[in-house]
Formats: sequence, structure tokens, C-alpha cells
Amino acid sequence: MLGATSAIAQAAARIWAERGEQLLLVGRDPQTVVHDLDRDQAGLVGRVGAPDVVLLAQGVFGDASRRDRDPEYAESILRTNLISPVRLLTLLAPALPPGSCIAALSSVAGDRGRARVGVYGASKAGLDSFLSALRQRLQGSGVRVLALKPGFVDTPMTASLPKTPLFASAAQVGRGIVRAVDMGRDAVVYLPWWWRLIMLAVKALPEGVFKRLKF
Amino acid sequence: MTESWGRYPQARHAAEVRLNWRAGLTLPVVGPMLPYGQGRSYGDSCLNDGGKLLRTAGLDRFISFDAESGSLRCEAGVTLGEILRLLVPRGFFVPVVPGTKHVSVGGAIANDIHGKNHHRAGSFGAHVRKLELLRSDGEAQELGPDDQLFQATVGGLGLTGLITWAEIALRRIPVAAVRMEAIPFAGMDEFLSLSEESDAEFEYTVAWVDVLSRLQRGVFFRGDHAAGAIHAPRGQAAVPLDVPAVNALTVRVFNAAYYAAQKLAGRSRLQHWDPFFFPLDGVAHWNRLYGRRGLLQFQCVVPTPEALRALLSEAPPSPLTVLKRFGPARSPGMLSFPRPGFTFALDLPNRGEETFAQLARLEALAMEAGGAIYPAKDARMSAETFARSFPRLGEFSAHLDPAFSSSFWRRVHR
Repeated sequence: MLGATSAIAQAAARIWAERGEQLLLVGRDPQTVVHDLDRDQAGLVGRVGAPDVVLLAQGVFGDASRRDRDPEYAESILRTNLISPVRLLTLLAPALPPGSCIAALSSVAGDRGRARVGVYGASKAGLDSFLSALRQRLQGSGVRVLALKPGFVDTPMTASLPKTPLFASAAQVGRGIVRAVDMGRDAVVYLPWWWRLIMLAVKALPEGVFKRLKF
Repeated sequence: MTESWGRYPQARHAAEVRLNWRAGLTLPVVGPMLPYGQGRSYGDSCLNDGGKLLRTAGLDRFISFDAESGSLRCEAGVTLGEILRLLVPRGFFVPVVPGTKHVSVGGAIANDIHGKNHHRAGSFGAHVRKLELLRSDGEAQELGPDDQLFQATVGGLGLTGLITWAEIALRRIPVAAVRMEAIPFAGMDEFLSLSEESDAEFEYTVAWVDVLSRLQRGVFFRGDHAAGAIHAPRGQAAVPLDVPAVNALTVRVFNAAYYAAQKLAGRSRLQHWDPFFFPLDGVAHWNRLYGRRGLLQFQCVVPTPEALRALLSEAPPSPLTVLKRFGPARSPGMLSFPRPGFTFALDLPNRGEETFAQLARLEALAMEAGGAIYPAKDARMSAETFARSFPRLGEFSAHLDPAFSSSFWRRVHR
């Protein structure tokens, strides 16, 4: 479980832990470092062994005003949300046994760039594209690649956003992840499922209309 | 809108800070702040009108468990229901549980809650071995039962700082079943003799009474953890919206039906622990049955049977009038509510002045008898009543965290 401090990852971890699964949690908590990935990424492969599931959940939303003005900050969001997933999955993919599954947390924000999500959306669009390529590439080796696309989720990441009825709980999305993995999905999964319909509509809007919208 | 369980009074909070990680936890610089767990206290002791709430639901991790000693360390936002779900299958039970399992460990300590086994086990605080308290000056202190600050924090209504984790001594149980008896009775004399007889023999005792019936009939429940195969309880019902369903007529019908149902169900039965301890948890949001204006709970303890009789004769009709004899155990907190005597609880739909007048009469009777009123269930007691209920109030006040406060505290503390 990469990015294990994510609220959504924790929700999924609790379900798996309750089933008695063994979990390897990888996260960024400087107080409890066991193995430093910055120094030794290759060592991760050895530690992971042959997992059934790799859940990749790291991600930051970023402060909107800073994101749009500070290039260093914008890049740091790309590093967490896109570059580190690409690095780690590139590293891990060859070590994954047939029948295993990569489940990566993307977002509906990756479906179409919007002013409100800025570089966060771009990072998730990049991740989607990478996962799609990985899914094709690993088809022959029997490794599934799930792109999980939650909509609004009530987590520390979205603490600053006003809560609407569209918000799901982290527990709900965690259950959705476990279900998608259990069902053997090998595709793009929206959580909850009806986000697929919303995003279809959003993607269908002509650019001339879309660019004037404020959502 | 963040509410208490009674949904009265309503409060507006300047901010609600969600706490997520124990490590590196920092409190807001400016108060007044108050920890808020599951919001299961009824009145305003979990509210902080105009101030900040520290939402502890995200501090919900188990830290360690020693199966030898039954000692559990967990974060303060873990609920008793989560502990039971994890540890009943492993043969352990929470030593003291209230009428709902949806309370946090922090809330159980801050209100020094009691249960149907008070005559044996005392209050929840008596089973807390250690806790960590984070004060607004940034200092985290590990406290044990001998520390003054521990004794202020147990029952301290969240006013001494934020409890981040606690260590609780769990008790062993054979299986998930409870052997329970439901004994119909009529009148206080029968209640008293049932209490006398049952408290000696049974771990859990409580009585429900129908004050509308001329004979003051009721049902005395008593039970013990027992061996036997038993199925997990039924699914959950929920009240989806505010339906003001509790009134004089429905209470009369409900009470008669409940009495009859208990009589019919037979005197002795084997029951799963969940419906035995938490019958109301079977209906989510049952507080909505009291309508939008909410409900007022009243719970007091009085030292003598005579005072209990007086309370019952004054009691307005309620579907949930509950009696229990408290045991002799000394509660560990400076503001702990449980003390030797008889406790009496009821809830009423909020009908404004009429309801407040009824509760003021009960309050006066409790005070006359030298009793106390339970802050966790109060939205209206006077500052004088509060001071008379808790003689160690002065001692407690010295341990307050200067940046912590609550609607309740500002109301009752002069």
C-alpha cells in the first residue's frame, strides 16, 4: 500500500486487515521510517515480495492559489501525484506475479482539466494515461491494472472544500476499492459508479461552452 | 450542523477542526475549544457555541492489546462499538458500557459513564489505567489514576484538555451471549426488593417503568454473560427524517405495548449482547422521533428510596423512564456523577416552557434529597444545582485548561 496515510487507503486497509490479510504500508511519516525510499527504491521490491494487490494512493490536492502562481509548488504536486507513481509502478511491475493487481487512486479530476483543480487534474490525467498503458502492457502477464476514480470524498485532502451531497465518505470509497479488486475488474472504476455518467456529460461539453463554466 | 443527541440547544461553532493523526497533533492557537467525539451527550456539554470543536472521530486507531492482561490502548476517538466488534470474538468485553455503543472512548472518560453493572464495576473511569492529555500549551502528559489531573479529566467534560489515547482494562467473557431475565413488577416496593435480590446475584440490572400506569408497573431486567450459542442481531432500522411521534397518546400506547411484549417474551431468555446492552442502537437516529425541537433528557441520582418515590410521583409520561440502583463504588473523577443511591432517567419531547417547568420540579426534588444531576444529559440545570451536585467543583476548576470551554460550562459556572 503506497501512500498508506491517505484516508481512502486507510479505509481499504481496515477492510483487508479485518480479513486477516498481510499489509505492507508505505507512507511519508518521518517519525516512523523503517525503510527510506529516497535512498533505496530498489529495496522496495524485495520488501514487497509477491503481493496480491498493490494499492497506490499517494496524492496531494494543493492549495489552489499557490498552485496557480508558484512553479516550484506546481511541480511538487506533479512529483507526488504523477512522477512518484510512475517511478514506483515502473519499479514494481516486473516483480508482480500473475493474478495480482495494481489498484491506483486517480480522480475524476483527471477526466477534463478545470480551473478549480489546475495541476492536480493534470497530474491525474497523466496518471490515467500511464495506467492505461500499463494495463495494456501487463495484459499478457496476467496483472490487472485498476484506475480508481473517486469523485468528491470527505477526507483531510478536501477539508477546505464546502461539503455538498455529492461527497462520499472515505469508508464508502474504501469499500468500493475492495469490491473492485474482489470482482477482478481490470479497467477504469468510478467511485461511486454514477460519477461515470457525470463525467461523460462533462467530457461531452464543447470546449466553447466548457471554457466559460465555473464548476 | 453539529448537534448533541438531544438536538437542544442548537449551537453555531466558529470552526470544527478534524483531528486525524496522533503524531504531530497540534491544537488551534486560539480557543475556546472543546473535544467532540460522537455527540452522544444529550444537552450542551459537547457543544461550544461561538467557539471551536476538536472533532476526534479521525483519532480512531487501536494502538496495542495485551491478551494476557486484557489491557487495550487506543486513540480517544475509537468507539466502544468498534472495540466490541474487534474483541468480543476474542473473548473480551468493555468493562462498563452505557445505553449506546456509539460513544467514543474519550467521551466515555470525559463523562465518566456508567452502565447496568455499576453495582459491581463502578464507572468507566475506574477501568482506565492511563491516558494521554494534550493541553493547549502544547504539552502532552501521560497520566495515571493517582494524578490529580487524571482525576480532573475523568468526568471532566472535556474541559481539562484533549485526551489523545487511553488504556482500558477489558474483562474476559465466555461468549457473545447474555442470559437475561425480564421480570414484570408493580410499584416501588417490588422494584426495591428486586434490586436488593438481583444486584447480589447478577452483573447487569436495570428497570424500565411506566409512570402512566396507576400501579407504576415496570419491567426489571437482569443478566449475566453466559455460555450458549447465539446469533448476531438483526439488521438496522433508521428514522429517515424528523417525525414528531412522541406525545401523550403514543407514550401511553408504547408503554402498554412494551410492557405486554416483555411479559409475553418470557421471563428468562438467551440474548445476543448487542440488543441486550444497546436496544436503541437498533434504530439509527431515533432522536428524530422527538421532532425538530429535540428532546430533553433528565437524569439524577438520589440517596434514598423515599426520594426516588417522590421523583416517580412527579414524573411526566415518557417512553423511557429508567431506574437503577448505583453501587457503593467510589467514582474516580472529581466531577463523576455516579454515587451510591438510586438513579432515575427519562426523556421528554421539547415543548418549551411546559417541559422546562416539569424538569425544574424534578430538579428541585433531586436537590431537596441531596442528589445530583448528570451533566451529560442536561441542557438546563442552574449554576446552583451544578455546584450542589458536585462538591469537588472548586478543586476541579484548578485543573481547567484555559483555552477549553463548552456551552455547558459557560452556562453552569459562575
